[in-house]
Amino acid sequence: MSSLALLLQDLSSIEDPRLVEWDWISENFWEDIVPAIQGHIYLSFVSVAIALAISLPTGVLVSRYRKAYPPVTFVTGLLYSIPSLALFGILISIPGITIGPTPVIIALVAYSLLILIRNTVAGLDAVPAETIDAARGMGLTSSQILFKVELPLALPVIVAGIRIATVTIIGIATIGAYIAGGGLGKMIFDGINRGFPTMIITGAVLATALAIVADLLLLALERYLRPWARRRRT
Amino acid sequence: MSGILDVLRRPDFFELLRQHVLLSVAALLIGIAIALPVALVVRNTALGAALAVNVGNIGRAVPSLAILALCQPFLGFGFDTALVALTALAIPPILINASTGLREVSTDVIDAARGMGHSGGQVLTLIQLPIAAPVVFAGIRTSAVQVVASATLATFIGGGGLGELIVEGTQLNDTSILLAGSFSVAVLAIITEVGFGALEKVFTPKGLKIAQKRGR
Repeated sequence: MSSLALLLQDLSSIEDPRLVEWDWISENFWEDIVPAIQGHIYLSFVSVAIALAISLPTGVLVSRYRKAYPPVTFVTGLLYSIPSLALFGILISIPGITIGPTPVIIALVAYSLLILIRNTVAGLDAVPAETIDAARGMGLTSSQILFKVELPLALPVIVAGIRIATVTIIGIATIGAYIAGGGLGKMIFDGINRGFPTMIITGAVLATALAIVADLLLLALERYLRPWARRRRT
Repeated sequence: MSGILDVLRRPDFFELLRQHVLLSVAALLIGIAIALPVALVVRNTALGAALAVNVGNIGRAVPSLAILALCQPFLGFGFDTALVALTALAIPPILINASTGLREVSTDVIDAARGMGHSGGQVLTLIQLPIAAPVVFAGIRTSAVQVVASATLATFIGGGGLGELIVEGTQLNDTSILLAGSFSVAVLAIITEVGFGALEKVFTPKGLKIAQKRGR
């Protein structure tokens, strides 16, 4: 591990002490940084929204027709395990798909499916059979049971899935900048290409902050949706 | 299709594959060597375990590209920088799973072991570690898959690996090179996922398997 020792030496001899040039940040704040944050939020939000629109119905269907569940998790699991840069590469090789936000959003949706479908099914599974029996006894139809009983009870688990998917997507979206998806990743790549640490650090720190803020907000929502768990705690 | 095979026959393909595997294996092993001892130290204190899990959770939220990019201004370009970044990525999943896995061993079981006269060390090696093994291993698996995937990004900070083919393919606008790189990375990631899944089963003690079959 002599290379590690060398590395530690490198650490102590950083040549440029001005890793963050605050002047650059204040000069480019409105022009570059804010649009990058907005672009990143847009990419992540659109992707999670599309993924939810696919996953919720799929999750409900698959929890009913149990035989379809293993193949669905197999396919979405396969998609999930493909490294993002490779998936971007495959997507832009498809004729008709050019670099830009579109292939990035397709990939981000693909990555969310496994987590969202799995949590939807897990949430629906956790609804007690007695509760559904009681609802049926009260004369509710199947669709009323689904929308008024099962989905509301499954919601905290579904939101937990949205939380994991969102944090994952905000991270992967940074890599999307390599195929011109925009967002905070563009600052990171530009910074590396120009040898300008301020841009790298600004992009990386903001992307991390965005992921952590999204995580905490969705955690708060998850807690809010589980009033029974809150009550038990206090 | 033949274009892709030509790329796989290139002499530098094996060098890139070797770099990719070396980076991943080294980062994973160093990550385990750091995360497991920490989890062992904090296993018996609620505060320490909570701290380890929270640090791990924050670590997991940091985008992989951000970790790699953040190391670059401090450590320069190259293999070593990529190794440091990937090690930092490898630690959180193992730390989270090992800490929670060891904490979740039922206190009744530990009490019973103590009552049978086991020492603290025996409780750890005979009870806590085997029961927590599947959870700990699941963490190592998550970490391994993540490291193999993120090693693709090492190319951006001069760390080599199969990501270089993807970058080359994009820059030259050569679909064969791009797809050769993408597919080989994808296959490597899937092999890692499946291989560690099989190992996870090996690391599950017999008693736990019986319990799982009975539905606990």
